[in-house]
Amino acid sequence: MAATRDGYGQALLEMAGDEKVVVLEADLGKSTKSVLFRKEHPERTISCGIGEQNMMLIGAGLASSGYKPFASTFAIFTERAFEQVRNGIARPNLAVHICGSHGGTHTGTDGSSAQSIEDLAIYRTLPNMTVMHPSDYLSALSLTKQCLGLSGPSYMRTARNKTIKLYSDETEITIGKANILRQGGAVAIIACGVLVGESLDAAEALATEGIEAMVVDMHTLKPLDNDAINQAVGSCGCLVTAEDHSVIGGLGGAVAEYICANQPVPLEMVGVKDRFGESAQSDEMLEMMGLTSKHIVAAARRAILRKGNN
Amino acid sequence: MAEDSSISELEAIASRCRGEILRMTHRASAGHPGGSLSETDILVALYTTKIRVDPANPKWPDRDRFILSKGHASPGMYAILEEQGFISKEDLESYRVMGGTCQGHVDMKWTPGVDFSAGSLGMGLSYGIGCALAARFDGSERNAYVMLGDGEIQEGSVWEAAMAAAHHELGNLKVFVDCNRIQNDDFVEKQMRMFDIAAKWKSFGWAVREIDGHNMQEILDALDWFDGVGNMPAVIVANTVKGKGVSFMENNPAFHGAAPNDEQLGQGLAELGLIQ
Repeated sequence: MAATRDGYGQALLEMAGDEKVVVLEADLGKSTKSVLFRKEHPERTISCGIGEQNMMLIGAGLASSGYKPFASTFAIFTERAFEQVRNGIARPNLAVHICGSHGGTHTGTDGSSAQSIEDLAIYRTLPNMTVMHPSDYLSALSLTKQCLGLSGPSYMRTARNKTIKLYSDETEITIGKANILRQGGAVAIIACGVLVGESLDAAEALATEGIEAMVVDMHTLKPLDNDAINQAVGSCGCLVTAEDHSVIGGLGGAVAEYICANQPVPLEMVGVKDRFGESAQSDEMLEMMGLTSKHIVAAARRAILRKGNN
Repeated sequence: MAEDSSISELEAIASRCRGEILRMTHRASAGHPGGSLSETDILVALYTTKIRVDPANPKWPDRDRFILSKGHASPGMYAILEEQGFISKEDLESYRVMGGTCQGHVDMKWTPGVDFSAGSLGMGLSYGIGCALAARFDGSERNAYVMLGDGEIQEGSVWEAAMAAAHHELGNLKVFVDCNRIQNDDFVEKQMRMFDIAAKWKSFGWAVREIDGHNMQEILDALDWFDGVGNMPAVIVANTVKGKGVSFMENNPAFHGAAPNDEQLGQGLAELGLIQ
């Protein structure tokens, strides 16, 4: 078990050999795990105090001067600086890499003010932006390091709490290319973040009933891996999306936009149903919001049923 | 003390720039002449005597940066960039025209010599901090100059940046506040009183100097003063007149964001001594 935020922090450390890598913090480095970089490289770590708007644009100025800034805070607080990101980073296409940690209701007992359920949606709307939400430690580590190869900005959501490791060092993880974790022909579950693990559990449960589900880790929401969706649609004929994020505009929205315009099939969305959370433990939050493997199983059954009715 | 002849030369350049500001906004029937006219003398002094940039190589990595944070005052910047040879007279004619080099608000993706894509107020100072930090990391002595407006500094994020610049001891960050006392809807005094602007910057840990932003000698002296403040960021609080140089635009909130008509263009150019 490890948290995706730990993968982010480790990636920063592993990128430190590139002297153009600089790290920006807004008084949450201990939480986002950029502290790992700060301890080793304080001279390249910039404290912005509790000032996210300023931090984003300092990143833009650094990027315009040839540096590779990685700025992190809680996902929810990146949203405070949305217009700075829109006008100061995405519009001039400056390669600032933003990490929003503690995303989703899984964040838990801090309550609804800290539980970003809209970050993926808003960043997905920005031209030039790459948007990622890795599912485990190693994929977070790998995707963060790949940001060095991007010519434009990126947003990555990481999670506060530990989840199971889904990948090994040998797994190829690439920005913009989904990982198919399980093959199946009855229904395809396309998930991101902490709900990838829940989706694998759901597939296990479905398998005991003889229902074989494909499970896709769509760690990159933008650019969306259309080929993987085509494969899922072709193999299964119906889809479930699963995310710890609003059903409006996130992974479910992205997949719906694509299939509606290309090859419509039944789609059931597991996600936060247009409501705010509250203080509770992570597992309690997933239960309250209808995001557990049990809910994914039910969604899969509905999708399969609708496919039969078509 | 500059020679009288060089002062009058700078003043002549400033008049030509003001004429272009009127022509650009007149041609586009849109734009922001008032805040362009108020910043012009500072821009002329900075570009002709101080800033290290190269019109032949606008992306020279070790150039000083100039960040027009009050990016709507773009005609003022385009005028001096044309004087300096970064862009052409034809480019000035493209102001606010589809596909044109000169976008409505200054944009680094469109115009040689523009280092920042502005348009939303309160963003340039933070960006300037990034540029100043990059210079420090590079071991370079290059500077980041930032132009703010007195209405603009009502944006709270400006003060996040003011704190951070002092905290990080950015002596290579050099800022102007163009205090022309008028913002979009009305006088600053009516919209949001700013009280003592110089005292605010001082209390944030900045070196501060107040000048008459239309007195060329005072501007030149202040530009030299910038270079001696050491390891603290410095700000010139420039008292200016919105619409400076064109009688019917001076201190007139209507010309924050309105273009001159045919008759007003003629009158303005005549007042500037550019036509008979």
